[in-house]
Amino acid sequence: MLETSATRTYGDFNGAFPASNEYLTLHFSPTTGPRNQRWRNYGLSADFLGDYFATFFPGNEEAQSKINLRNAVKGSVSFMANELLENAVKYNDAQSNRPIQISLHLFEAQIIFQAINYSSVEAATKYESFIQELNASDPEEMYNQRMEKIALGGGESCIGILTMINDYGATFAWQFQSCQSTPQIIEVNVMASLQV
Amino acid sequence: MKLVDINTEEYSILHDATSNTIVIKGFLRLDGMEEYKPIMDVLLGALENARNLTINVRDLEFLNSSGISTLSMFVVRVRERKDVHLTLQGSEAVLWQTKSLKNLQRLMPSLTLEYI
Repeated sequence: MLETSATRTYGDFNGAFPASNEYLTLHFSPTTGPRNQRWRNYGLSADFLGDYFATFFPGNEEAQSKINLRNAVKGSVSFMANELLENAVKYNDAQSNRPIQISLHLFEAQIIFQAINYSSVEAATKYESFIQELNASDPEEMYNQRMEKIALGGGESCIGILTMINDYGATFAWQFQSCQSTPQIIEVNVMASLQV
Repeated sequence: MKLVDINTEEYSILHDATSNTIVIKGFLRLDGMEEYKPIMDVLLGALENARNLTINVRDLEFLNSSGISTLSMFVVRVRERKDVHLTLQGSEAVLWQTKSLKNLQRLMPSLTLEYI
């Protein structure tokens, strides 16, 4: 456990949510092998998580929709796991020498995702100002504004999180924690909840 | 002009000049919008001198948010042209399409969105 000197949370962050009987945690070393090869592994891992968690849901055809619950869970989990991993990698500081981690916890009607990475103070500050803006905005409006900005060459920023909130109905909470021994490194802990 | 198609193990982008349709298939999760530039170039190439353009993503099973951003950027470019009719063909059997394609129509209300 890290010694903490400062903790900031956003949203309903509850690091000690009840244990579920079904959960999976994957660790990635962000410095092993070339980035393009690791990037491919993140995608494969996201697909694996989607396939794995889908098996807990019925796969029978439903008349109203062309996608049954099993395939919907598979699609949602692989999209969200992939975005959370991509973000964890983008915000990670290789100097921290600590693994990126993603856990998925299965409950009766929801799946909780938890992604942990270690950022520089600068990257964490940028991330936190996005969260503050998000908390003060309508996510759909923010999505449209950002897309218009991207179209003008403004560069992408946090579209993944906005997509998960707007299109997948995910809810988010975050914890940023600096460590006493290494105050230049911030542990970024992202929790996302998906109703299924 | 014959555009250069892209064909990799994970995805393909093919341009059918006769129908001016671009077909994107497979799994696309490139590392940031910068890596989508070759795909954007194919899209922009097909847009040149076009009056009607169709993008078919029916068999595009996965698109990450950088890819969604790239498609959005392209849709805004088409919108700015004002004289091009854009049709987007998707599938109701692919979850991300049912979730996110509508956002492109919000960016460009005249876009025709077909689930085929």
